[in-house]
Amino acid sequence: MTTIDPIFERNVPGTTEKLQRATVGIAGCGGLGSNAAMLLARAGVGGLILVDPDVVELSNLNRQHYFRGDVGRPKVEALAGHLRAVNPGIALILHPAELGPGDVAAVFGGADLLVEAFDLADRKRWLIESWCRAYPDRPIVAASGLSGAGRTGAMHVHSSGNIHVVGDEQSDMSEGLCASRVMLAAAMEANIAIGLLLGMEED
Amino acid sequence: MITVNDRDTVEWREGLSVQDLLDEMGYSYVLITVTVDGVLVPEDEYTTHPVPDGARVGVFHLAHGG
Repeated sequence: MTTIDPIFERNVPGTTEKLQRATVGIAGCGGLGSNAAMLLARAGVGGLILVDPDVVELSNLNRQHYFRGDVGRPKVEALAGHLRAVNPGIALILHPAELGPGDVAAVFGGADLLVEAFDLADRKRWLIESWCRAYPDRPIVAASGLSGAGRTGAMHVHSSGNIHVVGDEQSDMSEGLCASRVMLAAAMEANIAIGLLLGMEED
Repeated sequence: MITVNDRDTVEWREGLSVQDLLDEMGYSYVLITVTVDGVLVPEDEYTTHPVPDGARVGVFHLAHGG
């Protein structure tokens, strides 16, 4: 019998064991990915595959789950440290490299579900296409439109088949990025992922 | 009749492609992802992929930011 970490004592009854068996891919560890990964780790998701080629910069700290001491470190390594500081039992696979369309199937092959957390829209598109081609039966949760401030009510979930997109589908990062709105989108992505991993229908 | 994003309706006609539908809807955004009855249609198939009568089409607008 496996031992469940006491951090999960207040979890929703019956969910921890299911989440512990799941692996989620995180494509990009910026504002969306770093925050979504923390939420999934706290919820008890057993494994994460983290992909990001960048190092932490000071300008990331207004919205991404990093700290001043992380500046200059590869994001996937810094994030892995923070995830393990909460949940030492989490299984992590780290790819501190640029992902291309041809890598998606191999890098995320072990994932039950993919969280899209890129910043550029054209990259979001090829990621969704590559994932759906490789794993049409596995869900992808993406984000589109999380820039600017306020406008909480504009955030929505748009689903079709195994594709779920959160955000306002409109705002552009040229407007600037605010922690609460970025993290709202990240939390929506994580919440949808958890519901799907638990076999719940997205509503 | 085609339903787009559970909201808009478009009259179906013989040979209607995804691209025809997008043109008719006035979707000029470059960065979109399209599903027909829940299945993703890759961008390079927009002009050839038929949209059947009664289809439920999803058009996702992809904006920068993440």
